[in-house]
Amino acid sequence: MQFSEQWLRTFVDPQLNSAELGHLLTMAGLEVEEAEPAAPAFRGVVVAQIVEAEKHPNADKLKLCKVDAGTGELLQIVCGAPNAGAGMKVPCAVVGAVLPGEFEIKKAKLRGVESFGMLCSARELGLSEDHGGLYALPEDAPVGTDIRDYLGLDDTLFTIKLTPNRADCLSLAGVAREVAAITGAPLQLTAVEAVEPTVDARREIVLDAPAACPRYCGRILQGVNAKAPTPEWMVRRLVRSGVRSISALVDITNYVMLELGQPLHAFDNTRLQGAIHVRLPRTGEQVLLLNEQTVTPAADTLLIADEARALALAGIMGGEDSGITLETTEVFLESAFFAPDAIAGRARGYGFSSDASHRFERGVDPELARTALERATQLVLEICGGEAGPVVEAQEPDALPARKPVRLRPARARRVLGVTLDDEAMLALLQRVHLDVARDGEDFLVTPPSWRFDIEIEEDLIEELARLHGYDNIPAVAPQGSLMMLPSSEHSRPVWALRHLLAARGYQEVVNFAFVEEAWERDFCANENPIRLANPIASQLSVMRSSLIPGLVDTLATNRKRQIDRVRVFEVARVFERKADGEPVRGFHQVMNVAGLAAGSVLPEQWGERARNVDFYDVKGDLEALFAPRELAFAPLSHPALHPGRAASVRLDGHVIGAIGELHPVWVQRYDLGSAPVVFEVALDAALAARMPAYAEISRMPAVRRDLALVIAMDVPVERVLEVLRAAAPAIVREISLFDVYHGKGIDPDKKSLAFRVSMQDTQRTLEDAEVEAAMAVLVQQAETVLGGRLRGAGG
Amino acid sequence: MEQLDQLVQQAAADFAAAADGAQLEQAKARYLGKAGSLTERLKSLGKLDPEARREAGAAINAAKVAIENALEARRNALREAALLAQLAAEALDVTLPGRGSAQGGLHPVSRTLERVEQLFASIGFVVADGPEIETDWHNFTALNTPENHPARSMHDTFYLEGHDDVLLRTHTSPVQIRAMQAHVERHRDAAAMPDLRIIAPGRVFRVDSDATHSPMFHQVEGLWVGEKVSFADLKGVIADFLRRFFETDDLKVRFRPSFFPFTEPSAEIDVAFMSGALEGRWLEIAGCGVVHPNVLRFGGIDPERYTGFAFGMGPDRLTMLRYGVNDLRLFFEGDLRFLSQFR
Repeated sequence: MQFSEQWLRTFVDPQLNSAELGHLLTMAGLEVEEAEPAAPAFRGVVVAQIVEAEKHPNADKLKLCKVDAGTGELLQIVCGAPNAGAGMKVPCAVVGAVLPGEFEIKKAKLRGVESFGMLCSARELGLSEDHGGLYALPEDAPVGTDIRDYLGLDDTLFTIKLTPNRADCLSLAGVAREVAAITGAPLQLTAVEAVEPTVDARREIVLDAPAACPRYCGRILQGVNAKAPTPEWMVRRLVRSGVRSISALVDITNYVMLELGQPLHAFDNTRLQGAIHVRLPRTGEQVLLLNEQTVTPAADTLLIADEARALALAGIMGGEDSGITLETTEVFLESAFFAPDAIAGRARGYGFSSDASHRFERGVDPELARTALERATQLVLEICGGEAGPVVEAQEPDALPARKPVRLRPARARRVLGVTLDDEAMLALLQRVHLDVARDGEDFLVTPPSWRFDIEIEEDLIEELARLHGYDNIPAVAPQGSLMMLPSSEHSRPVWALRHLLAARGYQEVVNFAFVEEAWERDFCANENPIRLANPIASQLSVMRSSLIPGLVDTLATNRKRQIDRVRVFEVARVFERKADGEPVRGFHQVMNVAGLAAGSVLPEQWGERARNVDFYDVKGDLEALFAPRELAFAPLSHPALHPGRAASVRLDGHVIGAIGELHPVWVQRYDLGSAPVVFEVALDAALAARMPAYAEISRMPAVRRDLALVIAMDVPVERVLEVLRAAAPAIVREISLFDVYHGKGIDPDKKSLAFRVSMQDTQRTLEDAEVEAAMAVLVQQAETVLGGRLRGAGG
Repeated sequence: MEQLDQLVQQAAADFAAAADGAQLEQAKARYLGKAGSLTERLKSLGKLDPEARREAGAAINAAKVAIENALEARRNALREAALLAQLAAEALDVTLPGRGSAQGGLHPVSRTLERVEQLFASIGFVVADGPEIETDWHNFTALNTPENHPARSMHDTFYLEGHDDVLLRTHTSPVQIRAMQAHVERHRDAAAMPDLRIIAPGRVFRVDSDATHSPMFHQVEGLWVGEKVSFADLKGVIADFLRRFFETDDLKVRFRPSFFPFTEPSAEIDVAFMSGALEGRWLEIAGCGVVHPNVLRFGGIDPERYTGFAFGMGPDRLTMLRYGVNDLRLFFEGDLRFLSQFR
């Protein structure tokens, strides 16, 4: 909410400057977002009257004016404004004046004629963008008065950000009440007196939905001149509250809303038929709103209707064809209380909001309707003339919000806040904000005033106490508690360990959006039915990702465009899939994954290593290092994102936990990546699980090592060979490891040679040659019979 | 005898003149070899009478020892010279860069989150987690924000197509509810429930995108529920955290009344640095408050017996302040030129 400090100070005028007042509001919970001066700094500008305006002798477009600036003599001023004319009152910057931008006015000679000052447009004073001519002041503007005083320009425009619980501060009166409560300065609100009816024009009011609208006041005003100009002071206050001046009647309803906080609506009385009904909509009913939008109100949207039709959305917006126009002479003024529950969320449902709905859904003082109607009546009669009929008030007292006493236990307040305030001090604080406090034993029974919708439970009062006592005055203490150690497990490791491991292996962490382009899901995950957002921010951020890989590929593309060829990145984040019995949210499977991508040179460009692009085995090595000492198993995999011959599933302890592979050449080309990256993605929980080290006795006996070179068909994976050899190996075989792979000259083209080192050892005794040879023979025989291989060098 | 002295001197001079091992061996042969001059003299001893032979023998032996010493010394000298020559030949350009891979690094916001977790762990907060696709109930209702509550318009929520009861969480606060329920369940049979202290970092989502807003960003939720937890404790913990996080006492912390449906009293936390580029400006970094009794009830906790405080911080903002980053969007653009600065 925006308002003028000058206007506020007509209600409460504490001994504080603007900055202090702003700070006070902020620390009271009415956060000042902006405090702007109403006009830029300038001085030496006074109200003046042009006494004579004649053509400049030497210039067609200039005028030679004689100006009365209240100095006792007429000033000769040359002026180029087209609207300068005798009799006009305008701002005049006299010699010595300083205009915005430190522009000093000096005696000057224009086309040979002396000029003693400058007549100003609104733009030259920084008051608006209007530079169509001189700023025409009202005829009654007193000549010689400083324009800053006359226009009240030494004002600050405060914009406060009100939290939804403080609807009572959505008006000048409300803010003033708060300032008075905190500073102790006297509060002087506008005295509103009832306007005696002078005509007997009245319209009946029927409350068909009394829970939603328990009070409605209406009044007819006749003989009104809707074309009357809005007085300067009112326009100024409206504009400084950020409200455009439209016409006197509209301006008055807005003014009263800003002043008191009660939204009003003015109907053209001649367009109404019979009694006013406040009711819920009938099937198929439509309303054409003031904003020219036609809505079909939902069943829970309250309407204002007459006996013929629906007129307006109650508390939200008036209707186009029952509203006032400049031709209106008979007004029906509405001032009602609509229950917050009956208004909340409705406007948003139709895609707009209004000042009225903003206030009603947060809570308007239910006791204010009649006062505000009287205030508006008084202003209409003053400004537009006419005669008022009697106030017709329909109400359902039982449905009005009841302000029930709330119990406050001072000891609990002290405990919750951690303060030492005594009971007397609490009492004094509560009474400052018009809370009615009674003692009940140890406790206080506190009844809030009608305008406070936010005091229903003890905590509301504790908050009020904290606010009034001052958050600054609550101590900041180091909390005390029982010292208990946090668990620390060796069966898992923190995600930070994983991140640091990846970083140490050259990967940079990135954070990509959880929502992605639908095409990515289709291309990289073959996901034709992704989880779609109902209201995405953009089409390329419209579906929830089921894999982190597309995002990393995009990161690669982004960086390649920036001429960074070598890219190694990883992300730890959640992925999303549909799953009927998903936990913890049904319908969705959402787990954390860790994914990496490496592209470009395996090492940064350097003098000592041959340049080589990263390949599958480099990244596989990184992935294995991530899980070491636990061992991963890999098997060929068909995956939409990956090269069909260079992709593997990743298994740990028999469970598939992810995939690794080179990006499919189709995507390399489509996403313009240049060279193919190698990517992996595995479940985070698998990567975080850790194994307790298990001790095994170290043998003191000598170990025997033998090499075993096998020639085996190309398509038999090494892992399969190892599996077969390990399964068949006698107990003395400790380890079988691959140390060479060869295919080429000397080997059949469809075969490869695998060289294994076999380590044998016994914990109790030295091995004999015979048993070593026997063990090797078993391995060779297994390779021959199970895998169709043969010993290299045997049988050609 | 004088002849012997001369011989020793001559030998030493010859050895010294030998430029390498081969020349030295040749020189050695001239004195100590089969036909060497000293060997010749030893052979001639037989012609002397025993008395003179003993005397002359001793003299010759002494000369032999002297020559052998000179030889050994020269050998050592030559070896040392050879070694020095070899070492000189083997010298490297030690200024050439080391061989090997480059380091990667953590995302700047991760750096912040790791420190936040460490700092809070030091006073007994454990990390809790919750889903990012969250139920409307956990995200709003259980946080005392019923449907149509004006506070719901404070969040611009992403909803999922075909579901009206789930959404992308707009804050990490729903983790409060899940953590409370789990805590209550864990201590169901205990006479007194131990304090619940959690910190919940994570990604959150709002329909908002400009220079200072990203549709996805980070939050850290904190929650402490116990029998004696007060607003004063909250102030103490937050002030302590900010001084530790920014590693300075040269800052001011301000708690300003605010409103959140799930806390009461509620506060915005502003911090102002007393030096640096942002000197004296109040910067909003977190929302916090005493947990609303309705929220405790939704979590299964008796608000009469237990109280708590909660806060929600913006680690993106903390990171920007800590490292002087001026554009939030950089965190989510994956530009390695930016990210690699935080290694």
